[in-house]
Parts: sequence; structure tokens; C-alpha cells
Amino acid sequence: MSRNDVLVDADWVQAHLDDPKVVLVEVDEDTAAYEKNHIRNAVRIDWKRDLQDPVRRDFVNQEQFAALLSERGIGNDDTVVLYGGNNNWFASYAYWYFKLYGHGDVKLLDGGRKKWELESRELVAEVPSRAATSYTAQPQDQSIRAYRDDVVAAIGSSNLVDVRSPDEYSGKLLAPAHLPQEQSQRPGHVPTAANIPWSKAANDDGTFKSDADLTALYEAEGVDLAKDTIAYCRIGERSAHTWFVLHELLGQANVKNYDGSWTEYGSLVGVPVALGTAPGSPEGGQQ
Amino acid sequence: MAKETVIQGAVSRDGSPVTGYVRLLDAGGEFTAEVPTSPEGGFRFFAAPGTWTVRALVPGGTVDATVEATLGEVAEVALAV
Repeated sequence: MSRNDVLVDADWVQAHLDDPKVVLVEVDEDTAAYEKNHIRNAVRIDWKRDLQDPVRRDFVNQEQFAALLSERGIGNDDTVVLYGGNNNWFASYAYWYFKLYGHGDVKLLDGGRKKWELESRELVAEVPSRAATSYTAQPQDQSIRAYRDDVVAAIGSSNLVDVRSPDEYSGKLLAPAHLPQEQSQRPGHVPTAANIPWSKAANDDGTFKSDADLTALYEAEGVDLAKDTIAYCRIGERSAHTWFVLHELLGQANVKNYDGSWTEYGSLVGVPVALGTAPGSPEGGQQ
Repeated sequence: MAKETVIQGAVSRDGSPVTGYVRLLDAGGEFTAEVPTSPEGGFRFFAAPGTWTVRALVPGGTVDATVEATLGEVAEVALAV
């Protein structure tokens, strides 16, 4: 796996806009963005309505994911190129999701919707029609998904990377001020987790930094890239961006995204929590 | 507004509104937030009191402005690219 296998640039997308085997998919936090306009021939996946179970706090299951992709006209052998707003947060989340259900060829548009717009490339309002397919999803690949018990077991032993902003990590804020306030019961972070905000992995235009810069970034923060890693944020979308960096760009072997993230961990009874700017000891507490 | 300030304004080029993105950077230059502008180039952040940098990213240009945000007040900033 290398950068060229998982990332494409805007010129590549431009050249494949009419390629029937390449499916562009826009995934946004602001789900109205697609309705305004989008890259020509792109279909939409709504990260909440399409990807979350309507009742439980969990993902749609294997059969529901297969039905979704079939309905959107995505085949098992299609190349899926994901892009979106917010520096590709939700596109990265969807990328991880496509990998979770075993899609073969999936890529991110480097820089997402922002870079496309900043280059004044064409956006259209017309919604494409794609013929339905019979998509087959694989069972979830649990090697890339962390649950709360995995996180507790990783305290003080594996790499834990908290990719939220410093104020969320230290416990000053429960959520970024500009986003819906899905909240945990308690502020703070998982003891021993390093704070490496997702934004440090991206340039101003939303593209990912170079492999050399990314490696230096995580090593400078004490992340041993030879060890297993769990990334988390608040609801699992920013940490999908970091999962993409560590697993897909840097090729680190065992990296999991904890989609329960702080909204789950910060509401658990009986687990240690650390407050303050330092990772803290395994027992947590105020530093 | 009890603990926060509002930083708001608009992005323009040659006196006309221009759309794009606006980033809020803290006093150390670290990313804090980003919003797409309104069709009129407008933006608004809620932020703690202090010194901030507001950076506009629009097609063909980028510009920074430093803003002092004071509790209970609205800091207005005009960004001309």
C-alpha cells in the first residue's frame, strides 16, 4: 500500500469524471452541501442517515451496507473515490467504513471539496442516475475497529492517539464550538493518550502532508510507529482521518479507529480519565 | 457569550464579496476551526478572549489578519484578498 494506491488528486478525478468504473462519492457533515452543488457525476452518501443504524448506536450492518451501495449504483469492482467538506473528515470516515466492509478499490480525493473549490473547478447541481447493482459486502474487518475494552486494555501499553483539539483533550471543552454538541458525561482524555490534533496532518488546502512530515509529527509526540495504535476523537470521524494517515499512508500494521470515541469513553462508569494537558499516568486524574 | 467572544467579518476582493474558507488559528498559529463563507463572503466564529489569526482561503489567494477578541464584544474583521 502506498500513497498512490489510496489518494488521487484533482487532475486524476477530472480525467475520470466520465469513467463508468469510477464512482465519485461526496460525504459531508453538512449534508446540504451536496444539494447545492457537487463534482459532476458524484453520488452522495449521508454519513448519518445512510451509515448509522437508526435505532442502536452502531453502524448499518453488512446487509444494509450492501443494500445501500446497490441502490447507489456502486459495484464490487468499481473504483470508489470519496471526497467531502471539513478537510475530508467524513470522507475519511466513509473510507474506513468501505474498508470495514471489504470494498476492494477505494481512494480519497486529496484535499477534498475545499481544494476542488479553491481551484475553481466545475461543480454542478444535477444529480446523476446510476443503474442499481447487486453489491456484496464482506463481514466487518474487526482488525481496524476498536471497542471500549480495547481502549482500556491499551492504556499504558499501546499507542493511544487523541486527535481532538487541545481544549477538548485537556477537558476545557466537550466538543468543538462550531459543531453539534453530542456530549459525554465527563471531559478529559484516556490516560496515556498523546494529543496529536488531526489538523497537524493536513495542509491549509486540506491535502495530506508528506510521508516524511507525517512520520516526524507522530514520532515527535512519542508515538512508536512499531507498536499497535488506537486513534479516537469525539465521534470517530476526525480519528478516521488519522487512521487513514497511519494505516493507509504510513503503512503502520495495526491501527484501529475507536468510533465510540470520547462520547462513549467519557460516559463509561469505572474507567480512568485524565484531565490536563499531559497524557498522565494509567490511573488518570487531574494533573 | 458569557465566556466567549464573537469574531466575524467578510472576505472581499476589489470591494466585491468572494467566497471560500476562513480558518481560525490560535496565538501559537495552531488550527482551531474552519468554516466555509456565506455566499456574501461572511464568516463567524465563537472563541475565547485573546489574540487570534483569521486566515481567508479563496481561489487564487490567501490573506491573514490578527484579531484581539474581548469578552462580551464582537470583533469585526474585514479580509481583503
